[in-house]
Amino acid sequence: MAELRIAALTKAFGGTPILRGVELVVSSGSLVAILGASGSGKTTLLRLLSGFERADSGTIEIGGQLVSGPSLHIPPERRRIGYVAQEGSLFPHLTVGDNVVFGLSRAERRNRVRAEALLESVGLPASYAVRAPQELSGGEQQRVALARALAPAPKLVLLDEPFSALDAALRLETRQAVAAALASAGATALLVTHDQSEALSMGMEVAVLRNGVLAQVAPPEELYRRPVDAALAQFVGEAVLLPGVASAGFAACALGRLALARPGAEGPVEVMVRPEQIRFEPVARIGAVKAKVLAVAYFGHDASVEMSLEAETTPATVRVAGHMAPPPGTEAWLSVEGVVMAYPRSAPLAELPLPLAGGKPPANKPRAFTASN
Amino acid sequence: MTLAASAIGKNAAASGPRAAPVPLAAAAIFASALVLLPIGFTIVQAAGVSAGDAVDLLVRPLVGRLLFNTVGLILAASATCALIGAAAAWFVERTDLPGRKVWGVLAVAPLAVPPFISSYAWVSLSNGLQDFAGALLVITCAYYPLVYLPVAAALRGLDPALEETARSLGQTSWGCFFRVVLPQLRPALYGGVLLVALDTLTEFGAFSLLRFRTFTTQLYAQYRTGLDGPESSLLALVLVALCVACLIGELKVRGGGRYARIGAGTRRNTRLAPLGWTRWPALAGFAALILATLGMPLGMVGYWLLQHASAATSPVAPSLPLVLAATLASVGYGLAGAAAAVLLAAPLGYVTTRYPSRWTVLLERTAYLAQGVPGIVVALALISLTVQLIRPLYQSAILLVFAYAILFLPFALVSVRAAMAQVPRGLEEAARSLGLGWFAVARRVLAPLTGPGLGAGATIVFVFVATELTSTLLLAPIGTRTLATEVWANTSTLAFAAAAPFAAVMLVISLLSTWLLANRLGAVAFAGRD
Repeated sequence: MAELRIAALTKAFGGTPILRGVELVVSSGSLVAILGASGSGKTTLLRLLSGFERADSGTIEIGGQLVSGPSLHIPPERRRIGYVAQEGSLFPHLTVGDNVVFGLSRAERRNRVRAEALLESVGLPASYAVRAPQELSGGEQQRVALARALAPAPKLVLLDEPFSALDAALRLETRQAVAAALASAGATALLVTHDQSEALSMGMEVAVLRNGVLAQVAPPEELYRRPVDAALAQFVGEAVLLPGVASAGFAACALGRLALARPGAEGPVEVMVRPEQIRFEPVARIGAVKAKVLAVAYFGHDASVEMSLEAETTPATVRVAGHMAPPPGTEAWLSVEGVVMAYPRSAPLAELPLPLAGGKPPANKPRAFTASN
Repeated sequence: MTLAASAIGKNAAASGPRAAPVPLAAAAIFASALVLLPIGFTIVQAAGVSAGDAVDLLVRPLVGRLLFNTVGLILAASATCALIGAAAAWFVERTDLPGRKVWGVLAVAPLAVPPFISSYAWVSLSNGLQDFAGALLVITCAYYPLVYLPVAAALRGLDPALEETARSLGQTSWGCFFRVVLPQLRPALYGGVLLVALDTLTEFGAFSLLRFRTFTTQLYAQYRTGLDGPESSLLALVLVALCVACLIGELKVRGGGRYARIGAGTRRNTRLAPLGWTRWPALAGFAALILATLGMPLGMVGYWLLQHASAATSPVAPSLPLVLAATLASVGYGLAGAAAAVLLAAPLGYVTTRYPSRWTVLLERTAYLAQGVPGIVVALALISLTVQLIRPLYQSAILLVFAYAILFLPFALVSVRAAMAQVPRGLEEAARSLGLGWFAVARRVLAPLTGPGLGAGATIVFVFVATELTSTLLLAPIGTRTLATEVWANTSTLAFAAAAPFAAVMLVISLLSTWLLANRLGAVAFAGRD
């Protein structure tokens, strides 16, 4: 397994820039998730890495070997990069076993034990080797595709939204099996996804691709808790954004005076609070602010409560446990736990819709609010 | 050619993600250029005639008569084929006609009978069936399935909800038919009729036996009498222009889905109209139709087989070695022609499915143009070309195989393209990421997956070549006799019994291949798609 280094990588199709200088280092044996909205260039990045497309400029180095650079383009078959496509792309004319050993030498392909061992490495029974790919479920097909990609011991494995075609239950199970197989193979892997929770739960690091550049590369917790800007905060989860004024490591806003995760901001800022950081209490406490329930979206295990704040026109979203969900109209006290992020604010907040290019709404967005009074 | 190939590459790079590799693009361009060769050469030859002479040559009673014959036959045959084809399709698809599935298969089967074999059957029955009436009868029998197939497919594809809506809006069943069903069938009907017109324009053998004069028979006669100069080229161009007009019309009418598939798809559950007592006349009509289209050729060939050959004033009595030699020649050329056509079509099909761009569409259209070039025009152009420029190729087996490949490239291309389009690009990429070079990808991924489709294409070309008459007659090396040329030679001298064994073998080859196509290759090709 090898280290991957991408430097100043660019690619345009018909004059439209898709990638505009991507920089990324993936250390040997780690799994990095590339998170991006559809159309952000994720798949193009993977196709440049695997060699199906030729980069316009920039370099790609795998295990110290340059595979793409100025006037150099090593063809896909000589890069030793495993590729798991969105739809699995199993060969329909071969059995599952023959699919798995497809990339091995002729002598190795004859060895049935090898195919069975590879199937077991991705958590599938050896008896599947004789089946046709069409007889397997979508999740099983993806695991076979992974076993096939891992079989020739590639330097790097690329996974292009491998779980997006699966239904929710199968997705979780397949994710776990894939993560385990990658870990036991010690593979350096790059996972491309548009699903925030998938990126956060699977990647040792998450790289957010936005408008053709990586907006932030960080471990999942760092990315979620300290996103570099407000738009990114909204993209990787739900965020409450409030205008405020920062000074001396604190920011004053409609939710009170809050400690900053990164002191240093001064003057008008935009304060970012995660809904689960906000405590919802029926009685007043020191530092708490008064608020009224506008609407409730109930999910069972928890509920997303929209509250109007006294000092602010923008409502704040609060997450409460399902059994605590209040009826609309309830008055309550809100306080913030932990530190918050503050971003310099130049324009009034109302003019900052902060869209990500073609961005999807964050996961777990309330589906509907109940009627309010 | 390399220059043009890189032009294709550049354009693909600008509009899409990838560019076709130069050798592949060159092979595709070669295939398309081959189709243009006979047309181009015919134009060059005709250009030798001055403008004034050209007008004199074209505006004369002979051309008028040929036009009158051809256009008159096309109009009459269009009407009969449209009527019979559409009616048969409606009865099979939309009524409770007893045994309609069997009738559906039988209604398509005449396509497997070469028109000049039906021609032979009718001519040998009665000398009265000649000229216009005979031609109309034979053409209708041979080509009405070209209307039947698309109309039946369109009827299957019609949304029954539309008819139900029309009925709920107060239409009677007749009103519904004329105001809802018929307008939706119009593209299929027009497309089929244009194909009938195209095939009527290019047919030679059937008209030759019926002594009905059209452009093709006139071109042949001029060649035989040594009058094949620029005048012939001019006449050939008039014919090509008529054909290309039909081809373009057909392309326009049917848009993308130009080719009717035989026996594909499942039947929708539409409500079948109860026939009541009218089922008896309908059944009688179908019986008469099948009797005329299948019973006649099969029956007459069978009858003449039983007659003693000497009873039939034959110059050379057919012997087993003769029949065997002709069969081997037909099969051999059929295999060679099929291989050549598929080999030409493969790079073309790959480039057009994998690197779609304006240029590759142009290449594909060019290849389909071969459908609008009659065999006699291709043969005459290749004869002039080789006699004037490449003498050693004249009357060589290679030249004949080239002619077959040009004539039947469109049929091979349709199958190859469909097969290639069924293989997702992701499979090739998966194989390459696993370390396979392009040749290994072709051998281990493309070949097994496109095999059935390529086999189907090769089988279609094989049938056409094994029963081809016109270019074989003109281009075959001296001494080479195929089944088709033997039938033609014997029938021309009224030696019907002598022609029978050759005609019988032809029918067997044709029907067997068609059966293979429908039942085996078709099934495999469709099973591969999920």
